[in-house]
Amino acid sequence: MIRIEPREAPSRALTLGVPILSAVIALALAAIPLAFAGANIATAYGEMFKGVFGSMFAFSEMLTRATPLIFTGLAAALAFRAKLWNIGAEGQLYLGAMAAVAIGTGALDVPGFVLLPLIIILGCAGGAAGMAVPAYLKTRFGADEVVTTLLLNFVILIFLQMMLEGPLKDPMGLGWPQSSPILDQGMLPPLMDRMRLHSGLIIALVAAVVAQFMLARSVWGFRLRAVGENAAAARHAGIRVNRTLFSVAIVSGALAGMAGVSEVAGLKGYLTADLSPGFGYTGIVVAMLAGLNPLGVVISAVFIASVFVGADSMSRAMGVSSYLADLVVAMSLLCVLVGGFVARYRITRVKPAGAES
Amino acid sequence: MTSEKVLSLNGLCKRFGSVVANDDVSLDLHRGEVLALLGENGAGKTTLMNMLFGHYMPDAGTVEVVGEDGQMQALALGHPQAALSAGIGMVHQHFTLAENLSVLDNILLGAEPLFQLRRDRSAARRKIEGIMERSGLKAPLDTRVSRLSVGERQRVEILKALYRDVRILVLDEPTAVLTPQEADALFENIGAMTGEGLSVIFISHKLREVLAFSHRIAVLRHGVKVGEIATSDADERVIARMMVGEDTAETARTPMAPGAPVLHLESLHVKGQTSRDTLHSITLTVNAHEILGIAGVSGNGQSALAGVISGLIRPDGGAVQVNGTTIAKPDPLTMIEAGVGRIPEDRHHDGIVGAMSVAENMVIERLDDPDIQSRGLLRRDAIVANADRLAKDYDVRGPGVEARARLLSGGNIQKLILARVFEQGPDLILANQPTRGLDMGAAAEVARRLLEARERGAGVVLISEDLDEVLSLSDRIMVIHDGELIEAKTRDREEIGLMMAGEVIGEMA
Repeated sequence: MIRIEPREAPSRALTLGVPILSAVIALALAAIPLAFAGANIATAYGEMFKGVFGSMFAFSEMLTRATPLIFTGLAAALAFRAKLWNIGAEGQLYLGAMAAVAIGTGALDVPGFVLLPLIIILGCAGGAAGMAVPAYLKTRFGADEVVTTLLLNFVILIFLQMMLEGPLKDPMGLGWPQSSPILDQGMLPPLMDRMRLHSGLIIALVAAVVAQFMLARSVWGFRLRAVGENAAAARHAGIRVNRTLFSVAIVSGALAGMAGVSEVAGLKGYLTADLSPGFGYTGIVVAMLAGLNPLGVVISAVFIASVFVGADSMSRAMGVSSYLADLVVAMSLLCVLVGGFVARYRITRVKPAGAES
Repeated sequence: MTSEKVLSLNGLCKRFGSVVANDDVSLDLHRGEVLALLGENGAGKTTLMNMLFGHYMPDAGTVEVVGEDGQMQALALGHPQAALSAGIGMVHQHFTLAENLSVLDNILLGAEPLFQLRRDRSAARRKIEGIMERSGLKAPLDTRVSRLSVGERQRVEILKALYRDVRILVLDEPTAVLTPQEADALFENIGAMTGEGLSVIFISHKLREVLAFSHRIAVLRHGVKVGEIATSDADERVIARMMVGEDTAETARTPMAPGAPVLHLESLHVKGQTSRDTLHSITLTVNAHEILGIAGVSGNGQSALAGVISGLIRPDGGAVQVNGTTIAKPDPLTMIEAGVGRIPEDRHHDGIVGAMSVAENMVIERLDDPDIQSRGLLRRDAIVANADRLAKDYDVRGPGVEARARLLSGGNIQKLILARVFEQGPDLILANQPTRGLDMGAAAEVARRLLEARERGAGVVLISEDLDEVLSLSDRIMVIHDGELIEAKTRDREEIGLMMAGEVIGEMA
């Protein structure tokens, strides 16, 4: 028989060590299917490592992949801290991307120092609008935001396909459902020559630092934490819970929208319906792995991007399925969730009663 | 009562880190005896009982319990099942009944195997009826628990233990939620059961009932048993001195002329979900320099009344006036800004954000204050300085003001809330069950602060289920029953007790 009791004060070593250990265990567990796929484990992980750290290009590719994950990870982390379960970052990402191409592909031909900020603001506004709807439904009617945000993802995706076949469709696109390219001056400048890494990463890092600072040091962050940790006490203390949740929803949606902006105006240049391979959902994993800590989001986004990019490269080199990357990510999440439980609770073995006479 | 021992705790010790929760505690219980276990919160009563029930493993010491054969034998420590199979049962302060099941089902729940094809309910029913007959504890077996009064629920809890053939029963603050009459009836039943050979340990804060109903009193202080005394040799002073180690100062209430009204509720009406949170056209006035005590058994509308005054519940009819100004749309913030200080009933749930620091909890009600923030950013040095000062002034003890508030003990959480509320110099104070679960030291501190506020010129609404507390602190007393409020023109315990049970209200209406 085992007994589970909460730890009063989880130690610092535990809170830091557990995510790292979980990541290691996840990699160890992923070795099992890898072995089944017929790969040599050591070589496979070697290839994986090389795929991320083997060259400057590989490393920049990993950071490029991490950029949208930082945004969606922050979107999830901030919302979850307030116990606002935004599962809709995927849809909000596309709303942000749609807003970006709506203005950035020629509708407004102005210099870059005007256009780029406009694209960013409108993209954030698009994502924020996408989260404002579920937030309104929650605060006004008590609709469960898990359901509404999740389902809105599909609504938005269909809306996106409609737009890509209609108003946003590129007339020069040979019939493909894709938008016109964003004007050159509207693109986020690249960070390095001949690499795809773009300045969206800088914005993401700044966003993480600002989020961390606001959470810990601002009145808004105070209200957010109070509402998330104990909404009843927050309400009793005169904090307007619904107003706080709504503001968090706006910020969370804007961050998710920014992920879309960053992908479309930093990387791809034009919008397609497969812009995001599930960055919105992976952002949830990133946030959980980071313990909902904004700076931690940067680290866990880098970790998960490494796994993705490394596993991609490994699967190409070894000829095994790239689904293994998804598997490692999924295992990381499971390990972290279990690890978080271990960090918060003490598990003791109790001898069964009546074992001795 | 006989001299035959049924339970003996020998030299039990338990340490948590550097804290000594129990140090060499020995205690004997005899057949048919009622032993009262007294002590302030944190004195080690709960730890002691947790060791008896196998939830904690003692660092040293043994427990012996009488077996079927009448011989004392060692109890396996650290095994929750061992105590149960040795015939030791516990009734917790908070009920553990399934509300949607009948009384009979609740009693049988857990006492029968999980999977069986047929249940012999009639045999079980006969057994329970036999127990009810002998003990005098009556409960309607086929009624759903959700329809029972608090007193009835408590009887069901005890019946549940008796059904499992306990020979030793531990009651944790059994009268906390009962009217004086219900409490008296409970002790009468306990008397009947001890006549049948049951032995009882009861944990209580209320000296009056300990003196009236126990045979022997054991007192714990700082984890040490500081005294044991036959009840016939004890009086309140003696026990109080044993508990706190010194004479407690009587709360002195100097007569004062009431000032202007600070709170007026006019024909206040709240349609609750159930009768427990409904108010029928309540009118009351609280003046400056006045403590209005609201006595009543829990679940008679106190939470609705407190909800309206603290701004959590918007009334369905009637008016709320604070300092003569009508509050059109009461919510917590407008009430705080109108000068209402609120001490919530459930201090863990409504009073603090446990995951945030003590310092943050001390300023949570005034985030817009420029002393606390400037341009949207928290002034952390000011917040910590404020907390250091308040922790000193209000004697909030714990691991420091930057530690999480949930690490504080119940008494210190209450002191944190007192500090937060009183520091703002409120004109009206709502104190809802302010001393529930507190030790004598912390409870006396709450009383002293309330009286101090009254002297300063605040009006106080004191909602309490502890009639002794209402009697000792209030300038005026009203009784709440079934969502109605009436003025008690008397200070007689018995009469107010009857009003709490709803008997006099009918006549006066």
